[in-house]
Amino acid sequence: MKQSEANCAACGERLGTPEQEAALRAVIEESRSMPGCLMHILQEAQGIYGYLPMQVQKTIAEGLGISLSEVYGVVTFYSQFSLNPKGKHRISVCLGTACYVKGSDKVLEEVEKELGIKCGECTADGLFSIDSCRCVGACGLAPVMMVGEEVYGKLKPDMIKGILDKYREESK
Amino acid sequence: MAKNVTLKINHIPVTVPEGTTILQAARKAHVEIPTLCYLKDVACVGSCRMCLVEATGARGLVAACVYPVAEGMEVLTNTEKCRKSRKLSLELLLSKHKKKCLSCERNHNCELQRLSAEYNADEDKYAEEEEEFTHPIDLSAPYVVRDRDKCINCMRCVAACNKQSVGAIGAIGRGYNVHIASAFEMPLAASVCVGCGQCIVACPVGALKERTTVDEVWAALQDPSKKVVFFTAPSVRATLGEAFGLPVGTNVEGKMVAAIRRLGNCEVFNMDVTADLTIMEEASELINRIKTGGVMPMFTSCCPGWVKFVEQKHPEMIPHLSTCKSPQEMFGGLLKTYYCEKNGIAPENLYVVSVIPCTAKKSECKREEMGGEVDAAITTRELARMIKTAGLQFSELPNEAFDDPFATATGGGTIFGATGGVMEAALRTAAKMMDGAFEVVDFPEVRGTAPIKEATYNVAGVQVRVAVASGLSNAEEIIRGVQSGERHYDFVEIMACPGGCVNGGGQPTLPDSMRNSLELKDLRAKALYKSDKKNGYRRSSDSPVIETIYGEYFGAPNSHKAHEVLHTHYTADKRL
Repeated sequence: MKQSEANCAACGERLGTPEQEAALRAVIEESRSMPGCLMHILQEAQGIYGYLPMQVQKTIAEGLGISLSEVYGVVTFYSQFSLNPKGKHRISVCLGTACYVKGSDKVLEEVEKELGIKCGECTADGLFSIDSCRCVGACGLAPVMMVGEEVYGKLKPDMIKGILDKYREESK
Repeated sequence: MAKNVTLKINHIPVTVPEGTTILQAARKAHVEIPTLCYLKDVACVGSCRMCLVEATGARGLVAACVYPVAEGMEVLTNTEKCRKSRKLSLELLLSKHKKKCLSCERNHNCELQRLSAEYNADEDKYAEEEEEFTHPIDLSAPYVVRDRDKCINCMRCVAACNKQSVGAIGAIGRGYNVHIASAFEMPLAASVCVGCGQCIVACPVGALKERTTVDEVWAALQDPSKKVVFFTAPSVRATLGEAFGLPVGTNVEGKMVAAIRRLGNCEVFNMDVTADLTIMEEASELINRIKTGGVMPMFTSCCPGWVKFVEQKHPEMIPHLSTCKSPQEMFGGLLKTYYCEKNGIAPENLYVVSVIPCTAKKSECKREEMGGEVDAAITTRELARMIKTAGLQFSELPNEAFDDPFATATGGGTIFGATGGVMEAALRTAAKMMDGAFEVVDFPEVRGTAPIKEATYNVAGVQVRVAVASGLSNAEEIIRGVQSGERHYDFVEIMACPGGCVNGGGQPTLPDSMRNSLELKDLRAKALYKSDKKNGYRRSSDSPVIETIYGEYFGAPNSHKAHEVLHTHYTADKRL
């Protein structure tokens, strides 16, 4: 337990606010008898917390009487679930075919470099998180990335800093 | 009754019950269909695509391990199409497999290697860049080593772990990135793993193996300042021969002793002695609990995988565990106290090696409260490797006897290696302790490899309700029943591995062709019961060695001194 607790402490989360915890426990309680309820509970839990930290997954596993590895397996199978918190501005770089052949991998690399985090992670100040996606339906503008609801097209790596600075300014 | 179905396998007619799979039907026609992810009693998901065959009425090739037979079906298992498909599957698996075969523990005993040779698969056809194989090897636990780069995602380990209702590992990620790991990529030592090693014996390749301590043992054998003693667990004699090609269920006790003696300067003791000692302590503890209204039912504590399961999953059950150490740790204690004092040896100069069928015992001897009394615990597989390294022709060795003073044991000690054995041995002695006129030594109700066995005995006017379970999912069922009040027992024996120690995680890994056609645990257990029947001493309390140990050292079972050396305590360590 010592080491696994240390891991929990490292992920920095208990069960969030008392309201979040109550909401999570209520979802588990009302859905647990439903066959195949795990997906539903995970979706609800992600809605409550914004992501699925270890302690939340442990609570779900315990509530359903299944192993943590089973819960974690489902969480890592579906791209809709996130293990990391999301930033105020959620960056989504398209790695779909059209964007990819137009060099969106270089765009993603640049975003990662500029923010000092990897795809799937969130900056320490909580301002940005990066994800990749498959096609936002703007292939004519490839390569494309979204910041929140805003779409940026025909990107080149040297444009990234300017775009991110705009959001940095905004939140000052 | 199931209807019968007649079909043809490679033009050979066979009749089998409805619902039988093509794989099972083929075996009846003496046709072997290759498998990788299938393992009898453990895993059957049809994911590896090795068992693809042609069958009339089916579109494309079908997975024989899961596809049910039908009346009039014609199955072809060895067509060009089947062979090509299997070869392709193998080449794709090989592309993601770290092919470090020469030094691999499973070299010459690897299902992937065997099939690749049979199908002439080209390991470099879809070769991955060398640097792909850089995932760190998990060395966090003292009992198991996991090398993800050798894993072929067959899921047999996951099935074995889930069958144990432990669930320490699972399939993580999606698509090309799927891999087997603990939740949050936790090291195994931090997970809910109990160390039973069922994943190791389920693994078809070398992705999972025990953490070996063979080099330490060789070093001690070379060290003139050390006196080295070995002791071998009851079930090892029933399985060691398999590593040398002897039929499953051959008792090789005499050759095993001779072999160990030829590894270096050492003495070889019989762990059945401390199995007997365990019975003396445990039976006394049981009677005491019955008489004084102690916590009931009492559960056995000789299986370290089970003990860890309780500590980590059901710490609320700790008061139910017998306080007796396991036979391994009792032997360690006995050797470092009684034996050292008697022979004027400084305990630090005595190097104690236990040979066990178990991986959990490797972490048991590292537990702080055990005080390092057992210096090294090696599995049956490790002993076999040492014998091979030493160049001994096992089958040509003479039969030799264990060394005194720990040579003679009772049949009760020997059957510790099979599910129901501890219970039967305890009943033999406890009944005699409660009623001096009680002469019965056979308790067939608790024998056999059924998952859960129950019986009630009347001894000296007391009704004793017992249960025996092997496999942790069955233990889980017992715990649930006891907690909910549906099951009522006085004494419960649990062994973590299905079938008990004969099927332990440290036992030889036999080829799938044998594992899928033989009842290993039954055959191995039979060897122990046969030995029990031949033994002049059946009841642990009748053993002359036990009499000497109590007479010279402990006085009586559960005495103060016995408690100091032979008993232990447990620590709640709830994990999820």
